[in-house]
Amino acid sequence: MKVRTRSDLATLSSSGLSTLYPPGLRISVGMATCGLATGAADVYHVLHDEADRRGLDLMLVATGCIGYCQQEPLVDVYMQGRGHILYSKVTTDIASDMIASLASGELPTEGALAIIPEENSRNSKPLEKLAGLPLLNDLPFYSLQHKIILRNCGLADPVCLEEYVAREGYQALALALLDLKSEEVIDQVLGSGLRGRGGAGFPTGRKWQICHDEQAQPKYIICNGDEGDPGAYMDRTVLESDPYSVIEGITIAGYAIGASQGFIYVRNEYPLAIERTTRAVARAEEIGLLGNNILNSGFDFNISIIRGAGAFVCGEETALISSIEGGLGEPRPRPPFPATSGLWGKPTIINNVKTLATIPVIVSHGSNWYAGIGENGNTGTVVFSLVGKVANTGLVEVPLGLTLNDMLQGIGGGGLNGKSLKAVQTGGPSGGCLPERLFHLQIDYETLTQAGSIMGSGGMVVMDEETCMVDVARYFLGFTMSESCGKCTPCREGTRAMYEILTRIVEGKAIPEDLKLLEEIADWVKTASLCGLGQTAPNPVLSTLRYFRDEYEAHVRDKCCPAGVCRALIQLNILPDLCTGCRLCQRECPVGAISGEKKKPHVIDQELCTHCRSCYDICPEGAVEIARG
Amino acid sequence: MINLTVNGQPVTVPEGTILLEAVRAIGVDLPTLCYHEALAPYGACRLCMVEITAPFSATVASCTYPVEEGLVVETDSPKALATRRLNLEFLLSRCPHSSTIREMAAGEGVTYSRFGEPPPDEADELCVLCGLCVRVCRDVIGAAAISFIGRGTKRKVGTPFNVHSDACIGCGACAEICPTGAIRIEDRGSKRILHTWNTTVELHACPECGRFFAPEPMSLLKEIFPEIKDLWTLCPACRQQRTARQWLDTETDKA
Amino acid sequence: MPLIEHPPPLAGGALLATLHNINAKHGYLPEEDLCYAANELGVPLSQLYSAATFYAAFSFKPRGRNTIKVCLGTACYIRGSDKLLEKLEATLGVKEGETTDDLAFSLETVYCLGSCSMSPVIRVDEDTYGRLRADHLPRILKKYGPAAVDA
Repeated sequence: MKVRTRSDLATLSSSGLSTLYPPGLRISVGMATCGLATGAADVYHVLHDEADRRGLDLMLVATGCIGYCQQEPLVDVYMQGRGHILYSKVTTDIASDMIASLASGELPTEGALAIIPEENSRNSKPLEKLAGLPLLNDLPFYSLQHKIILRNCGLADPVCLEEYVAREGYQALALALLDLKSEEVIDQVLGSGLRGRGGAGFPTGRKWQICHDEQAQPKYIICNGDEGDPGAYMDRTVLESDPYSVIEGITIAGYAIGASQGFIYVRNEYPLAIERTTRAVARAEEIGLLGNNILNSGFDFNISIIRGAGAFVCGEETALISSIEGGLGEPRPRPPFPATSGLWGKPTIINNVKTLATIPVIVSHGSNWYAGIGENGNTGTVVFSLVGKVANTGLVEVPLGLTLNDMLQGIGGGGLNGKSLKAVQTGGPSGGCLPERLFHLQIDYETLTQAGSIMGSGGMVVMDEETCMVDVARYFLGFTMSESCGKCTPCREGTRAMYEILTRIVEGKAIPEDLKLLEEIADWVKTASLCGLGQTAPNPVLSTLRYFRDEYEAHVRDKCCPAGVCRALIQLNILPDLCTGCRLCQRECPVGAISGEKKKPHVIDQELCTHCRSCYDICPEGAVEIARG
Repeated sequence: MINLTVNGQPVTVPEGTILLEAVRAIGVDLPTLCYHEALAPYGACRLCMVEITAPFSATVASCTYPVEEGLVVETDSPKALATRRLNLEFLLSRCPHSSTIREMAAGEGVTYSRFGEPPPDEADELCVLCGLCVRVCRDVIGAAAISFIGRGTKRKVGTPFNVHSDACIGCGACAEICPTGAIRIEDRGSKRILHTWNTTVELHACPECGRFFAPEPMSLLKEIFPEIKDLWTLCPACRQQRTARQWLDTETDKA
Repeated sequence: MPLIEHPPPLAGGALLATLHNINAKHGYLPEEDLCYAANELGVPLSQLYSAATFYAAFSFKPRGRNTIKVCLGTACYIRGSDKLLEKLEATLGVKEGETTDDLAFSLETVYCLGSCSMSPVIRVDEDTYGRLRADHLPRILKKYGPAAVDA
């Protein structure tokens, strides 16, 4: 079948609805990379095999990520006329029992987490036993969220076009191609206030306008899926869970600026994202939503998928262009800016995955609707990967303007294991660490920048009282140093020099002058580097010096690590009174430094001990003491 | 024409001029390593940074910044000086035995580096990774025999696999353009040895005197510039002799 | 205008895709294959070589049958992935970036596998393992090469 008209889209939609809400039973297993990492594939197989064995007729779907990663593996069960329930931490045993329940016509109760409310399903009243279950949106993890970018993630088969269309997909493209001029599309995006979700926050509509007004042809539109911030996986999730949203978005963008060729550049470390996006593009081509004369509008658009090869710097737009053209990911001086002269010297727009995934919703709902979310100058929603030392980790989408407290306490549920929170790191290696006393701040581009961090692409790493902020700064500089392309002197030499000083500090070999030198080099690298990687590389250092200088001074002056992390400055001892001789630490120790018989107090051989703290982390009795300084 | 101010002096230059040229127009000699008029600006060495104080505040690399109407630029503000000096300190640490770098650093008041010396096996390093050799070979000559290898602090310039390159035509443009003399080329007998690139090319022998005078691979120039085909037959000395003889013969015939 | 004419520009991403193909076929980039590919693509060998040495995805030495990638992303690092690396180095007898003598395993680090909620995470070939402790590792390794591991 080829989709040529709106009525064809409506046919697709009906087909999608019939599989999303089939008569009978549908089970979806969250199988994005995070689900797979916790065993979702085994759960899927058990569900499949058990259903087979019992002759249970059901539709089994591998879906994407619904965001509550802490609770993986996640499975949702839709039973027409009865309910749509989300189950968490589903083991293969629970899966087996689920099939048994369903085979006898009952919705399972074990592992039930929440009711998924559906507008389209017919009569979803859950059974009595599950009546007390909260609605998904009432769970603390979800109540403050507003899903736009993640609207379909975990709720539909990622590569099923019919289901995407059934959930309002491609309405926007039809509207744009058939009813709007390219300038009108740009007006919608301008009016929405959407800012680039890759990190810099440049107004998307304005960038499109500049490119649209350029005369040179051909023009290009590139989706930057080279998400490289360690701790961030928002873009991966969107590509694995809802690739059509990006495909529709980039097609609309192409129409708006006048480009017929799009590229989706996906990071090499995301094989599932590459696979699903490739399948989705192929499907869209097969059905005529990519290619020539889309929806009989006269607009041609094609997408090529490019697989990255392991270089963080390729996330920088000029390096990305260089990588696509001829291999090397070397940044280029700006001006000229890509919107004027980019890929092969032609006008090029580069947008982040999340930015493009937002476009269809803005076009179909209108700029005013989007601008009404968030606040002036910071409209709409942003996606964060909330990770680290926080109780509820996962992918979170919130309106701009929410406070850090709401994020960390309300959604995140506070510190892991009840430990007190110390800092939150946003913006990946380009960002900074904000201390607990600033958690009242609102999350928006300007506030975060003024405070010394950046919005970034959405990585939000939570740190607690046992995180050493100097160690964190060193970690980030280690990263940027190894990812520096090496073209410009400040970044190449400066990141290494900063890393070496930070290493001296954590090893207790630094002198007071080292802090001044560190700041001097940091300022230079920030000012003189050629591209954003170098220009922002000092941010972790500068922000931790600003807010946690006392930790630096303790390391330099007193050779002490207050958080008890830096290996050269701590010693670990097992307290014989508290040790029960359970041997857990013995097994965990990577260097075999712990000896002791069962039920007798264990001892750490200080000669062998590398101070890695594995014993401290695993001891259930709190019998390992960290001596600092 | 664009009007701007550099170090308090008014400067007028054609639109499209880069800031570095505007600065040079009033006689200010900013140190540069990666800039060359024959090549597109690269923006790698960051030595040419200047401070823009109006109508906005920024520190920019002048070799890649096109002039704008009304710019007010300072080349020796404390910020600009500091960025050049720290840059040279690092370069001095990388190439302590480069006279080019030592002089350039001294010119900015830097005689010592706080960042130590390279390990013994790298102490004679002269390459500053400016990329001029790579760019001239690729963009002007078109041979593309050398390129950047690796990344970050491991970045260096070389031929593929660090062995002899068949793409090299032995023209020596790389050695000519290198600001620090890091590229060593030696003509020995019938061969031109490009030591730095582990590459050897054959030299063409003069049929008259037998001297070796041009790299064989450059005979492709005969195809590109047919008018110089004759230059390939004899070495410069013999050609000069033959030309003189021909002239003498012509004059003798006339007389 | 360069003296020697430049070849026409490649299709977008063609160079990277070529390197990926060679790397996938052999597990690394053999010299002859690179030379052949440069010829076929019509690009200078130096350009291909430059890209090959720039990216972390490519290797010039044969890799092990199984590749272990330890994630050192921020979330994993904070939750102790460096200890996983230490345990693997001790168990396999190789350092990060090296391959075991019997070519069973190559050990690498990656700065983020994008599974941050499951930190700490490792990947062995196509399989991702999350929420790990050091004592989970021997069992995982056994799945891929029982003979190669003596925990």
